[in-house]
Amino acid sequence: MAKRAEKKKTEPALGEIAAPEWERILREMVLVRKFEEASEKAFRKGKIGGYLHVYSGQEAVVAGITSALRKDDIVYAGYRDHAHALLLGSDPKDVMAELYGKASGVSKGKGGSMHLFDVDRGLYGGYGIVGGHLPLAAGTAYSLRYSGTDRVCVCFFGDGAMNIGSFHEALNMAGLWGKRGMCPVIFVIENNGYAMGTSVDRHSAVTDLSARVEAYAIPSEKVDGQDTFAMRGVADRVISQVRMTGRPYCIEAITYRFSGHGAADLFQPYRSKEEVEESRHRDPILILSKRLREMTGLTDEDLQEMSDWADEEVAEAVRFAEEAEEPDPKELFEDVIALEPGREPDGDVSSPLHWGPRDEGGGEEDEEDEEAEDAEDVEAAASSEQAGDEEGEEE
Amino acid sequence: MAEKSYRDAVRDAIFEEMERDDSVVIMGEDIGVYEGTFRITAGMLDKFGENRVIDTPIAEAGIVGTAIGMAMTGMRPIVEMMTFNFALVAADQILNHAAKIRYFSGGQLDIPMVIRGPHGAGVGLSAQHSQSFEAFFGHFPGLVVVAPSTPADAKGLLKSAIRGKDPVIFLENAALYAIKGEVPDDSDFTVPIGTSTIARKGADVTIVASGKMVHLSLAAAKTLEEEDGIDCEVVDIRAIRPLDVAPVIESVRKTHRAVVVQEQWKPFGFAAEIASSIMDEAFDELDAPVIRVTGADVPMPYARNLELLAVPHEPDVIQAVRDVAYANGV
Repeated sequence: MAKRAEKKKTEPALGEIAAPEWERILREMVLVRKFEEASEKAFRKGKIGGYLHVYSGQEAVVAGITSALRKDDIVYAGYRDHAHALLLGSDPKDVMAELYGKASGVSKGKGGSMHLFDVDRGLYGGYGIVGGHLPLAAGTAYSLRYSGTDRVCVCFFGDGAMNIGSFHEALNMAGLWGKRGMCPVIFVIENNGYAMGTSVDRHSAVTDLSARVEAYAIPSEKVDGQDTFAMRGVADRVISQVRMTGRPYCIEAITYRFSGHGAADLFQPYRSKEEVEESRHRDPILILSKRLREMTGLTDEDLQEMSDWADEEVAEAVRFAEEAEEPDPKELFEDVIALEPGREPDGDVSSPLHWGPRDEGGGEEDEEDEEAEDAEDVEAAASSEQAGDEEGEEE
Repeated sequence: MAEKSYRDAVRDAIFEEMERDDSVVIMGEDIGVYEGTFRITAGMLDKFGENRVIDTPIAEAGIVGTAIGMAMTGMRPIVEMMTFNFALVAADQILNHAAKIRYFSGGQLDIPMVIRGPHGAGVGLSAQHSQSFEAFFGHFPGLVVVAPSTPADAKGLLKSAIRGKDPVIFLENAALYAIKGEVPDDSDFTVPIGTSTIARKGADVTIVASGKMVHLSLAAAKTLEEEDGIDCEVVDIRAIRPLDVAPVIESVRKTHRAVVVQEQWKPFGFAAEIASSIMDEAFDELDAPVIRVTGADVPMPYARNLELLAVPHEPDVIQAVRDVAYANGV
């Protein structure tokens, strides 16, 4: 259970992040780009099955947010989820192995490109039903608060997800629970302008997407999703605010995907070559490199070194995935349900958050008291926010 | 042991588990201030507070989806569906999310949650409020499906469901809430999920049923014994998935004749699954084809006389047993 000392931890604000960290973020974005290029190549060779949706062009959105998160925060993604796994620290070898359907993949080869899970790194999954994961994120946020922690949940989704019923149900419930300081969730709209092949103005009656969110009493703001500095700046401010208040917030990142919707979307009749070409000038990796040249003195040699490093990492991931074992046939029937028919449930839930039954170990009453105190803290945070008295929260 | 209604057995199971474990919460439409459409949650809001007895908007997908997100991170939510018919609105969350996350995460996550509420027909609610869901949810791997017929099983199975690690569909036939039966007082009384039970011992014909259908099967068995001297064994399938057919097979080896009773439509149903299982495992034991007694293959009509025609009744079971026993002079 988180203690107050942890809650006071502050992330560096925009411009205050040390040079090595910015360079680390850039390095990871380069890795994501190279990984996606390699995965497309492998898909074309028939090594990767099903669908493959790559994140090229949108790297700043996830990089800006995840770099501002704590290790114990939780992230949900849609089906375009490779970047989320990589930027949360999943091993590229295991992610590539998952795309190849191998036993060592992050989801044991049973999820594939659209269902990357790495619970130890906070990734609670990529989901293939557009917008279906939004309620899960709201529920998880409730759970984080209920258990007395100040952890937050981030839910990434595309502009197209805003038209499914689950979006509205999740945001309404998050808005309601937020009024009680019980829903520390950050909804991040990865607005790349297209729901598959349908542009925003053809799928949304109101095209100001962050305005639509405000209908549910959830504050929101737009940010340039190609600018990692801007993304990280918003993330630092919003995450610490949500962590403190337990209230939801929405960030609309205006971004662009360079590749098609999926690897099979070759002709892209819904957008012009000129538009795609034009968007290349807003490449988040170029923008961040340029900023770092000015700010930290990043050199061509540094960039070359990053590129070479990423090439080698990705080549290693591909080699690993190629050579990795396929799942054992007996895996087919594993992980369907936990229950063993006819047996009494053991009640031990493997989730890392589970705080166990009351009778576990000694000091039962102390534990309860602590929980009660934490619950009071949460309520105090929510009410002091309501009163606009944020000083009081800092103790 | 105390005599309790099915409704109180369900309520006691929830209440006791919430007292036992802080991670158990209940959520749903009008379960808090209103105290539940069927009064299952009466008194809970006062006892446990609004963070544990969560009144929700009318938003079934949102309710089930948020419960999944809670379950994945250490809570044990119980979702009350005002009626299970509304679960269809949440079908994506139940069937595409709850049922699959454990599998496609490679076993990284448990989904310890229960979705419970009334289902079934026969109380004049017409087509959108009168469906039975054993076969529908029973079809999907990744779910556990339970349909108790007695107050004791309702309590014991619900406690097992709450303590387990899986998404459980817990089907309470609305017509059973008022029935009474002996329920053990022990607050740690559980019934293991995945076990069928013998509701009545018999030698001549095996009747297989679940939920409310167990009761009309038992009534039919009594009549058949009195009027025809046919001694029926009744097997109660109290958990649909995982399905325990062993007692059915054992019974058929003894009686060599079987009738399966279900409230739902005949095609692709619970009875078809049981009949096929009997054929798979005890074909040579059968002295007659298995007969299915089912509801009529129509959306439920409102008119009382038509509704009565649309669901199985005791005489339908009696007729089927006589047919399977060749007692009609065939």
